[in-house]
Amino acid sequence: MIDLVGYGAFFLTTALIFSLVTLGLNLQWGLTGLFNVGLAGFVAIGAYTSALLTTPDDPTRLGGFGLPILVGWIGAMVVGGIAAALTGMATLRLRSDYLAITTFGVAVVVQLVALNAQKLTGGPFGIGFIPRPFGGLAETPLLFNLSNLAVVCAVTLMAYLALEHLSRSPWGRVLRALREDERAAISLGKSARFYRVQAFAVGGAIMALAGAMQAHFTGFIAPDNYLPILTFQVWVMLIVGGSGSNRGAVIGSILVWAIWAGSGTLTSVFFPPEQQARAASLQIVAIGVMLCVILLIRPNGLFGDRPLRTRLGKRKRIDTAKSGSNG
Amino acid sequence: MSLQFVVDGLLTGSMIGLGAIGVTLTYSILRFSNFAHGDFMAWGTYATLAVVSAIGAMFGKVAPIGPLSFGWPLLVALVVGMAFTALLALLLDKVLFSRLRSQGQAIIVVMASFGASMALRSLLEFTFTSRPTYFSRAIQIAMPVGFGIRITPDQIALLLLTATLVLGVHLLMTRTQTGRSMQALSQNAALARIVGIDVASVVRVTWIIGGALACVAGVMIGVLVQIRPFMGFDMLLPMFAAAILGGIGSIPGAVLGGLIIGLAEAGAVQLIGAEWRAAVSFIILMAVLFVRPIGLFGVRER
Amino acid sequence: MSETVLDVRDLEAGYEPGVPIVRGASITVRKGEIVVVLGPNGAGKSSFIKAIAGLVPITGGTVFLDGRDITAAPAHTMVRLGLAFVPQTENIFPLMSVEDNLRVACGILERREIPGRIEEMYAAFPDLVRQRRTAAGNLSGGQRQMLAVARALIVHPKVLVLDEPSAGLSPKFVSMVFEMLAGIRKSGVTILLVEQNAKAALAIGDRAYVLVEGKDRHEGIASELWNDPVVAELYLGQRPQLHKGGAA
Repeated sequence: MIDLVGYGAFFLTTALIFSLVTLGLNLQWGLTGLFNVGLAGFVAIGAYTSALLTTPDDPTRLGGFGLPILVGWIGAMVVGGIAAALTGMATLRLRSDYLAITTFGVAVVVQLVALNAQKLTGGPFGIGFIPRPFGGLAETPLLFNLSNLAVVCAVTLMAYLALEHLSRSPWGRVLRALREDERAAISLGKSARFYRVQAFAVGGAIMALAGAMQAHFTGFIAPDNYLPILTFQVWVMLIVGGSGSNRGAVIGSILVWAIWAGSGTLTSVFFPPEQQARAASLQIVAIGVMLCVILLIRPNGLFGDRPLRTRLGKRKRIDTAKSGSNG
Repeated sequence: MSLQFVVDGLLTGSMIGLGAIGVTLTYSILRFSNFAHGDFMAWGTYATLAVVSAIGAMFGKVAPIGPLSFGWPLLVALVVGMAFTALLALLLDKVLFSRLRSQGQAIIVVMASFGASMALRSLLEFTFTSRPTYFSRAIQIAMPVGFGIRITPDQIALLLLTATLVLGVHLLMTRTQTGRSMQALSQNAALARIVGIDVASVVRVTWIIGGALACVAGVMIGVLVQIRPFMGFDMLLPMFAAAILGGIGSIPGAVLGGLIIGLAEAGAVQLIGAEWRAAVSFIILMAVLFVRPIGLFGVRER
Repeated sequence: MSETVLDVRDLEAGYEPGVPIVRGASITVRKGEIVVVLGPNGAGKSSFIKAIAGLVPITGGTVFLDGRDITAAPAHTMVRLGLAFVPQTENIFPLMSVEDNLRVACGILERREIPGRIEEMYAAFPDLVRQRRTAAGNLSGGQRQMLAVARALIVHPKVLVLDEPSAGLSPKFVSMVFEMLAGIRKSGVTILLVEQNAKAALAIGDRAYVLVEGKDRHEGIASELWNDPVVAELYLGQRPQLHKGGAA
C-alpha cells in the first residue's frame, strides 16, 4: 500500500513536471501560435544551468558554484528565457515554418553541446550530485516522494494560475488575436513581433524551470534525457489536452504520461529483455500514430479553444489583413 | 589544411542537396516544411537494401561493376527503392497531409509531419533495430588525383549520378509543362487553378520527385557511410538549412545550398573536429535568417 | 436574337456556409456580346463572378455554359469547358517569363498547336513580343493586364470573364484596357466583365446589369443605362455612402 502511494507520488511528480513543460508550450503554441519543435533543448538548458549553479565544485568542469537551489531555478528561467527570446527574434518576422526549423536546430545544438562540451556539461556522462530539495528525507522514500510532489504541485499551480491570468489579460487577448492571423502578425511590425517574442521567452523560461526541477529531483542529468522524443511527448500531451487550454495542458500531460508509463510497463512484462529496445520503438510508433489521428479527427483535443475554420474563410481573412496593411 | 575536404564536402553536399530539392519543392508547392522528409530517405535506403538482399538471394553473388563496390543489383534496387519511396510519400499525403491541408492550417501539417517522422523512424528501428548496416563491406582504395586529394570510384560515380539527377530535375522544371505547372502552383495557387492546372496531379508529381530523390540521397549515404534508422533524421537540419540558404522554391538554390553546407561541414570537421559537424548547418541557418532570409536565389513572398 | 452562351440563374454563393454574399442573381450573356455587371461597392459583384468561375462555393442556383451545367465544375476544369477567367489582381505568375506565362496556360491545347497560338497572341498584343523573356513581375500595370487577357484568350474560350480589369490602373492604361476589350469583341469573343468604373465599361458594353446586395436589380442596354433614373437611385444614389464605409 505504502509502495503504491510512493509510486503514485513519483508518477504524479513526473507527470506534473511534464505538465509544466506543456503549460510553457501552450503559452507559445496554444495562445500565441508559435511552433516550437525543439522544446527539449529549452528543457535541457534549464536543467544544465541549474545543475551548474547548484552542484558542489567539480575540478573536471566549469563550476559547480554550490549556490542554493532556488538560485539555480531562477537562473534556469533566466537563461531559458533569453535563449527563447533570441530564437524568437531571429525568426518571428518570418513565416512560422522558419521558427519550427530554427527551434529544431536549437535542440540539435543543445544536444551537441551537452554531448561534446565536456568542460561545461560533463559530456555524455552528464552531471551528478545535483542537490535535492529534500535530500535529508531520502532515507524514507515515501516522505521524499510526497515532499517532491508537494513542491511540484505548488509550482505547477502557480504557473497555471499565472498563465490563466495572463491569457485573460489584455496581453493574452493581443496574443490570441495575432495567433488568428499570421500575415497580420508579421505585417503589424515591431510591436506585434515584440509581443510574440515575450510570449516565446516566457514559455521558454517555464520549460527551463521544469527541466531544472526534474534535474533536482533525480539528482543526475545526461544528454540522453533531452532527445527529440521528449519534444514529441510534450506535443502529444498538448494536442491530447487541447491546445489553447491550460487545463487541457495539465490533464493531457497526466493522461499521456499514464498511457506512456503504462504501455512501458506492459512491454516490459510481455517482451523478453533483449527485445525491449524494439518494443520501446513500437511504443513511439503507437504514440506517433495517435498524434496524427487526433490531429485528423479531433484537432481540438479534450479542451482546446481553437475554432475550426474553413480554408476559404481563412483566405478571406488574409486578404482583408493585407489590404489593411497597405492602407 | 589538406584539400581533401573539398571532395568530402562535395559528397556530403550532394546528399544534402538531393534531399533539399524535395524539402524546397514541398515547401514552395505544398506550403509546409516536411519533417518526415529525412525519414523518406531512411525508408528508401532500407527498401533498396531489402531489394539488394532479395536479388542476392535469387542470383547469388554478383560481381561489382568495374572498380565500383557494387554491381547491377544495387542499381536495380535503387530504381525499385525510388519508386517505393515515392509511393510512401504519396500514401502519407493521402492518409494524412492532404486531409489536414484541406482544413487550411499549414502549421498543423508541419506538426503532423513531425509525428509521422517519429512513427516512421521508430518503425524502422523496430523492424531493423538501430544497429548500423551496409550495402557492402568491401573497402575501396582511394586514388590520389593531385593536390593531396584522394577519391574512390564509388565517390566519382555518385557525384556523376548527382549531377545527372540535378540537371534532369532542372530541365523538368524549366522545359516541360509539368515543371511550369509546378512553378505556377508555387507562385500563385489560385491562379494556377484558373489557368486549368489540376492541383492534385501537380501535388502528386511533387511527392514523386521529392520521394525518389530522397531515396537516392539515402542510398548515397548508405554506400559511402552506413545505414541507420536515424540517418535521415540527422540530415534534416542540413537539408532545411540548404533549402533556406538557396532560397525556398529554387532547385539550383537547394543544390548550391547543399554544396555550401557540405563544404562548410567538411571544413569544420578538419578544423575543429567531427563532433561539432551538426552545428555548422545551424550557424549557417541563423546567419541566413538574420542577413538574408529569402536566401541566395529566393524572392520575397507575396 | 443570337444564342445564349452563359446563363446564370438565381445564383447563391459565399465563403462561409449560411452567409451568402450572392443572393439569387441571374444574368444571361449572348454570343458576341459584352455584358457589364455594375453595382455599388460591396454588392457582391466580385464574389458573383468568382462563383461563376468556380472560385467561390456555390450554395444555390445554376450556371449553364453553352447549354451545359457547369455549376459544380471545379475551377481548374473551367478553361476546358470554355470559360476563361481573368482575376482582378495577381493575375500573372510574376517569376515566370511572359512566354512561360502563356505556355503554362496551354495545357488543354494540342501540343503542335501551341507555338502558333503563342505567336497569334504576340500578334494581337505586340507590346508583349519585346518582353517575351522578361519576368512577368517586371511588366507595367497595363502590360500585366494584357498578358493576363492574352493568357485567358489563348485557349479559345467561349466566354472571357474579367473581374474589374481597370482596377488599380492609371487613367491612361484604363482607356487602353477598354479599347483592347472592344477590339477583342470585334474578333468574335464573348465577354462578361464586372466593373467599378461604370462610365468606361458602359461605353464599350452592349448590355449591363446592376447588382445590389447580391441580387440583380436592373437590366438594360448599356448605352441607355448611364442616364437611367433607376440606376441612378440604385447605384449613384449610394455613392456617398461608399466613402463613409470604406471597403466592405
